[in-house]
Amino acid sequence: MSATAPNRPRPRPSLGATVTVAVLALVPLALAACGAGTDSTGSTGRQGSSGAPGAQAQRLEGTVTVLAAASLTESFDRLKADFEAANPGVTVETSYGSSSTLVQQVNNGAPAQVIALAGAAAAEPLDKSLVKQTRTFATNVLEIAVPPGNPAGVTSVNDLGKPTVKVVLCADTVPCGKAAQATFRKARIVPNVVSKEVDVKATLAKVKLGEADAAVVYHSDVVAAKDAVTGVAIQVPFNTRLDYPVIRLADDAATKAFVAYVLSAQGLATVQSFGLGAP
Amino acid sequence: MRYAGRWRTRLALGVPAGLALLLLVVPLAALLVRADWARIPADLATPTVLPALRLSLTTTSCTAALCLLLGTPLAWFLARSDHPATSWLRALLTVPLVLPPVVGGVALLMAWGRKGLLGQHLAPFGVQIPFTTVAVVLAETFVAMPYYVLAVEGAMRGLDARLESVARTLGAGELRYLRTVGIPLVLPGIASGLALAWARALGEFGATITFAGNFQGRTQTLPLLVYVELERDPQVAISISIMLLAVSVLVLGVLRGRWLR
Repeated sequence: MSATAPNRPRPRPSLGATVTVAVLALVPLALAACGAGTDSTGSTGRQGSSGAPGAQAQRLEGTVTVLAAASLTESFDRLKADFEAANPGVTVETSYGSSSTLVQQVNNGAPAQVIALAGAAAAEPLDKSLVKQTRTFATNVLEIAVPPGNPAGVTSVNDLGKPTVKVVLCADTVPCGKAAQATFRKARIVPNVVSKEVDVKATLAKVKLGEADAAVVYHSDVVAAKDAVTGVAIQVPFNTRLDYPVIRLADDAATKAFVAYVLSAQGLATVQSFGLGAP
Repeated sequence: MRYAGRWRTRLALGVPAGLALLLLVVPLAALLVRADWARIPADLATPTVLPALRLSLTTTSCTAALCLLLGTPLAWFLARSDHPATSWLRALLTVPLVLPPVVGGVALLMAWGRKGLLGQHLAPFGVQIPFTTVAVVLAETFVAMPYYVLAVEGAMRGLDARLESVARTLGAGELRYLRTVGIPLVLPGIASGLALAWARALGEFGATITFAGNFQGRTQTLPLLVYVELERDPQVAISISIMLLAVSVLVLGVLRGRWLR
């Protein structure tokens, strides 16, 4: 066997080298191509730093990545559209989730310039060294969402204490879950909780699908869901109010302009048109 | 020259192979590095862990039992049949393998939910599947059963057909042949299929959280707990992850002889 080996046609040496080079060249390319759609790190640095914050006269450029609480989905979609229409050079990227998930993402290095949270308490675990500015821009209160027709006949928070009423809440780790627990403590009732969902939209979905009789969500979520659910108000002594902060994590002009827009009279009016309260 | 050529080939394949290995191994290594080993016993004693562990063990055992009782006969029919429809049936079975689990969860809701295809007929009898431990077992079985059926079918196809002819000429019926010859010979296949399905069920997340919800002691399995704990105390999430990683490695160790030769 070994005698025939030298006569065996040897693979051309260049083949191996070509493959190596090709593969090594392709790996970063593949990673870069796949990353382009999601990663916006560093893409905010193109605008001049001399412009006054929020000045509409100067043409702003760049990308502002905004992480917002799930309960802000509808209002921030509108804010994004309006801001982009007024500033054609700026792209606002939004991502929604539970406030606690978003804070973890930022602490773990998620590239975000703005984070808007449901309640001041949600901001406490946020790495303070990342925070440039914090302002309250909205408030929200809890409300009971029931499926159309209200099959379990829920008319007040006390009805959630009935064992036959299947209640879905947000997880204890996210703001709407903590607020709901506070409300139940104040009302001295123990509901029949069948699930604790990861964020407020997932909680609302279980009622939209008709799988649960009631969910404790925010007033703004009931407004946003339109006809898919019916709202049942929670009385003032039992309700829990949350102050929503918008937190700026970067100092570039486009980011400052976006936050200034959220806090402007027009921005606040937009947010309030989706059922959130004035700060 | 000859050595240079071999060296080039090795480099050409070795570098990308090494990169592939890094992509897979680094995250697992990171989990081990980031773990606070001294804290693991205390973390695993967190009040939320025991109910989730108990629930995970119960539901995955039920899933394994369902696979054994229902999946084995299905594998048998698939292995025996040469009908053209069989290959379609087998393709259908692999759908849950490639389906995103969250889509499986939505599908299960459409089937067993209060307004679902089957669920709406159960509701008048007071039977509701979503948000119950039964829902967790259904979700796990949905994703795990295909692994079991395909593994066992493969083992059954490998059986020597002459064995059955001999058994039949000796007067054994089909069931007796199965009980005394067929099943004992495919036992290793059944065992590895069970281990594979069990491990898949243990890791189930998407279908469970969509269909069964998330409630401590009832539907909150270990993967769901990892997700929730990551927001409360990431270190606890890491500790539970390490426990699940250890279980996966253990299952692979058991399967090593059959799947990783």
